[in-house]
Amino acid sequence: MTVPVSTLELAPSAQYALRLGDDALVFAQRLGEWSAKAPELEEDVALTNLALDLLGQARALLTYAGTLEGAGRDEDALAFLRDERDWVNVQLVEQPGGDFADTIARQLFFSAYQFELYGRLVDSVDETLAAVAAKAIKEVAYHRDHAAQWVIRLGDGTADSHARMQAGIERMWPYVAELFDSDELERDLVGQGIAVPSAELREPWQRFVDDVLAEATLSLPERLWTAPGGGRRGIHTESFGYLLAEMQHLHRSHPGARW
Amino acid sequence: MSEPTAPEGRREWPLWEVFVRSKRGLSHGHVGSLHAADPEMALRMARDVYTRRQEGVSIWVVEAASITASSPDEKDPFFDPAADKVYRHPTFYDLPEGVEHL
Repeated sequence: MTVPVSTLELAPSAQYALRLGDDALVFAQRLGEWSAKAPELEEDVALTNLALDLLGQARALLTYAGTLEGAGRDEDALAFLRDERDWVNVQLVEQPGGDFADTIARQLFFSAYQFELYGRLVDSVDETLAAVAAKAIKEVAYHRDHAAQWVIRLGDGTADSHARMQAGIERMWPYVAELFDSDELERDLVGQGIAVPSAELREPWQRFVDDVLAEATLSLPERLWTAPGGGRRGIHTESFGYLLAEMQHLHRSHPGARW
Repeated sequence: MSEPTAPEGRREWPLWEVFVRSKRGLSHGHVGSLHAADPEMALRMARDVYTRRQEGVSIWVVEAASITASSPDEKDPFFDPAADKVYRHPTFYDLPEGVEHL
């Protein structure tokens, strides 16, 4: 097998599938961290259900990216044998969610984004992407609702839960802007009817998030720093390497290991 | 017996009984219970805990405290009198001749 080129040198369509797949896989890994550790048994099952939905999306998208690449890499090769700079997920999904409010804020922001994204990707001329989106949109609608319900209860709950939920919103907010960044690769694919223009998702996203936060008596931070972003170019934040190490070490220590 | 006391805002969530109607089922059947903060959350938790494998198409949740249940102490007066009334079962009766499709 030839040595894989950098992700950033792949054909645009393969890179685009990888972007969406990396978002889903990294987010699934983060959510899976709650397994056996969530505040309540019921929430434990709920969060890992969301993780499994995302893992399913990731498998389909990574497999498709491998097919488009045409170099013989399957979903496992792409998931377990790429290093940090070859991952093209947005930075929001890799943010640690150590406090439950952080996890829920991250979920609200990202699921609301995926909901708008898949809602438009169903019309892509790329039949595989459209099919993945058609299946995923129902899952994501539930993820978005799950997060919204929690934001409302924690925000409009006790003084302590309100303060922590507001803090969670403020911790994740700097990574929101990157969700709606467009670049040349995306614009090119939008022109061909394959990709969704990220910038256009901002308005419906904002409407939904504003409504949830208003009901939750929370507010969006007005003046807060914006992370420089760069996830789509393989630039990641401090904790991402640790996430990859945990996710990949079994496969790298025991290549081809099976259950 | 008094409820165990907990600091304000840190009480346990109430218990909910969950009823699920399967795709082919005509009525909701009891599947288990769970803890949740309020009815809407209980519905969502029930969806995640009890319908992961396509078990149902409809869910009811009822706060367990709202259920009035018969007591084990009353088992004899409640249920035993029915034990010797075989004529309440259709099998007690002989079919008249000529009745078909039963």
